[in-house]
Amino acid sequence: MNQPVLLAGGINVFKYAAPQTFYPLAGKMIPWFGWIAAAFCAAGLYVGFFVAPTDHQQGESYRIIFIHVPAAWMSMFIYVVMAFWAGVGLIFNTRLSHMMVSALVPTGAMFTFVALWTGALWGKPTWGTWWAWDARMTSELILLFLYFGFMALQAGIDDARRADRAGAVLALVGVVNIPIIYFSVKWWNTLHQGASVSLTSAPTMATTMLTGMLLMALAAWMYTIAAALHRVRSIILEREHGATWINEYAETKA
Amino acid sequence: MNWGSWDNFWMMGGYGLYVWGSYAVTLALIVAEIALLRMRRREALDTLRQHNGAQA
Repeated sequence: MNQPVLLAGGINVFKYAAPQTFYPLAGKMIPWFGWIAAAFCAAGLYVGFFVAPTDHQQGESYRIIFIHVPAAWMSMFIYVVMAFWAGVGLIFNTRLSHMMVSALVPTGAMFTFVALWTGALWGKPTWGTWWAWDARMTSELILLFLYFGFMALQAGIDDARRADRAGAVLALVGVVNIPIIYFSVKWWNTLHQGASVSLTSAPTMATTMLTGMLLMALAAWMYTIAAALHRVRSIILEREHGATWINEYAETKA
Repeated sequence: MNWGSWDNFWMMGGYGLYVWGSYAVTLALIVAEIALLRMRRREALDTLRQHNGAQA
């Protein structure tokens, strides 16, 4: 267990990897991230519904974008973060990394479902269909199955350490799906439109629309951090039940 | 953006069902997730206290 600390050259960067140190810190951070998420969400909805103009092609239906795109971004980003912690957990054998992976999964699944659901409700008036076996939509559906698969796999293994390792391997193998989703609109010319916002070119949408979307994306980001920290604290309570500090803590929270 | 009236706002230019159907389901899922998070924490703490009680 001392090896990672030595690797870090004497600086104890792994201090916060101890559940006992991490638990109260996470607890202090949750309300902050929660309130910042609510503030970004309120600002994003205000800009999205009362500042951004009507789209000249799609009318008001485009306002679904303010949840669709942030949810789709989060669905992919959460999976990448999961895969990162899964890798850290496998290499350094840190319990907290594996707990973080499990804590992110339900929120990732939720955003993936939201992306698919809002996509269907946007597709119907825009393309005339709720669903198509389009490259992006299909790969996003596979992402939802990866999240569900992870939860089913972990639920099916009683031993927490084996469940952690099996989940981490699934998370790492499944990460190949992320570039497929991201680049699907370039690689295959199917139904879903190309990106309106990318890192390499100017966005192809009105500034106020973009502002609303980015505010909602920040809200989704902050919400995810709050939710994952909250869930990881419960996982710590569930798993570390032999530890004295946990038992004492539980008594103070009666 | 001036909608003129709340009726127009809820109509969403004829796309009300699609727009509000998206927002309502998203809101419901977030509310559900927050409820589940709180339930999971309460259950974890209850289990810990039962363990403590059994040992004492």
